[in-house]
Amino acid sequence: MATLTVKRLWKEYGNQVVLENINLTVADHEFVTIVGASGSGKTTFLKMLLGIEQPSRGQLLIDDKPIAPEPDQQRGIVFQRYSLFPHLSVMDHVLLGLEFQGAPFVGRLFGTRRKQAVEKANEMLNSVGLYQARDKYPAQLSGGMQQRLSIAQSVICEPKILLLDEPFGALDPGITSDMHDLILNLWESRRMTIFMITHDVQESFKLGTRLLVFDKLRHDPQSPEAYGASITYDIPLRNGKKTQASAA
Amino acid sequence: MPRLINLHPRRSSALALSALPFLLLLIVYIISSSLRLADNADDKLLPALGDLYSTFKQYALEPDQRSGEILLWLDTLASLKRITIALCISTTLSLFIGLCIGIIPLLRAAFGPFITVASMIPPLAVLPILFIALGLEETSKITLIVIGITPVMIRDLSQRCMELPTEQLIKAQSLGASTWLLIIRVVVPQMLPRLLGALRLSLASAWLFLISAEAIASTEGLGYRIFLVRRYLAMDVILPYVLWITLLAFTMDWMLRTLSRKLFPWAES
Ligand SMILES: Nc1ncnc2c1ncn2[C@@H]1O[C@H](COP(=O)(O)OP(=O)(O)OP(=O)(O)O)[C@@H](O)[C@H]1O
Ligand SMILES: [Mg+2]
Repeated sequence: MATLTVKRLWKEYGNQVVLENINLTVADHEFVTIVGASGSGKTTFLKMLLGIEQPSRGQLLIDDKPIAPEPDQQRGIVFQRYSLFPHLSVMDHVLLGLEFQGAPFVGRLFGTRRKQAVEKANEMLNSVGLYQARDKYPAQLSGGMQQRLSIAQSVICEPKILLLDEPFGALDPGITSDMHDLILNLWESRRMTIFMITHDVQESFKLGTRLLVFDKLRHDPQSPEAYGASITYDIPLRNGKKTQASAA
Repeated sequence: MPRLINLHPRRSSALALSALPFLLLLIVYIISSSLRLADNADDKLLPALGDLYSTFKQYALEPDQRSGEILLWLDTLASLKRITIALCISTTLSLFIGLCIGIIPLLRAAFGPFITVASMIPPLAVLPILFIALGLEETSKITLIVIGITPVMIRDLSQRCMELPTEQLIKAQSLGASTWLLIIRVVVPQMLPRLLGALRLSLASAWLFLISAEAIASTEGLGYRIFLVRRYLAMDVILPYVLWITLLAFTMDWMLRTLSRKLFPWAES
């Protein structure tokens, strides 16, 4: 269970205002899609949710507690690219989180505990269609497989909140539909809250239960950095795909 | 006719092409040597190939009249021991320090500038200090090699650490990794092939420092021998010794490359 509350949030870099006065409450198990012009601060917002950037003013609360100022297991992240580990096989990627949590000193599991972890990982790999590729290294995977692996690696740790920054932006249009089914299925079965940035408005309507549009309310042509973006539209979506995915 | 940059040799011709410079050098040597010897039969500068071979055989197979030792093996063992110990120390040091500086911002702030300055000290200028402080024995020679190559290796490795995509480090943290787990499961495994790479690059300097130290104070060793016989213009000893050192260095490099490929297949792009 995770409710996210954002109160009067501002973010500035030097004298450039990126985000101004963001207020938001997101209920548990919501699928929030975020769109907005390039440079409107979407990634910055996600970074603050993740804890790698701190707000200049305002508060970010998960279940009424301030968000930890560094990444932790509550919040999973899938970047557009570069987040896989070149030295780990597909199987090792999925095991990694379980090993971090199960073995804080050696970082590896042995014996029956490893067997249990491998079983869990196999199940995960099956559900993202990577079981056949479990001995391959990232360099041997296609772009779509890499993103599925990155998602699986985060989801197996059962984060309350999953953050996705244009996860399918670099993929062929042909395979994004498969990826949509995959993410909807995981969202349904694991009951996470998802925040996903996308450039594709259609995608945001198809996947989300709620759509946020980031844009500048005020604009000063003389000094464009004087005003930041806020949430200009907050649209609840009746998600048809949701019932479809749960029926499947 | 395709452009020159698009002409690639076949495997067999590539092999022949790579042998070409070696053959050329050999031919130039034989011609120059025989010209000089025809002029003056006692010339010592460029001995005939046969002389080089027989001297080398004598050094490699026959015991020395004075000491009763087989000199080539005595020298080789002494030198290899020194350089191997030094390389092990340098590798371990640079892995630890390079990693700390590369991954932990506080340690980078504290020691980064120091390492940068330290790597600018000309190691040979420190040699007299080492001899005074540590004596003329093995310790000072090994220390010279370590001082000579470690700072550069540390800088290389910490640079590589910093080049790791931040996405990777953030992802690992979001999977629950502590700093320690991040280091042992994410950073070290990716740094090991880099470490072997850095080691290979510093082999040449390591040999340079070894031979310099041996030339100045030693009683055996490949560098010692070369500088000893220099007094008698014994090119028939020096040239085979130089070839032998080159061969040893090349073999070490080749072994490290093979090891790296075996241990880290994922690192081959
Ligand atoms: N570390 C930083 N230092 C200074 N300015 C930054 C920093 N990170 C982002 N910015 C600025 O903040 C603004 C918003 O950047 P952000 O990456 O959040 O945009 P975005 O909405 O994700 O854009 P895109 O759709 O292109 O990914 C940009 O103008 C950018 O220049
Ligand atoms: Mg962005």
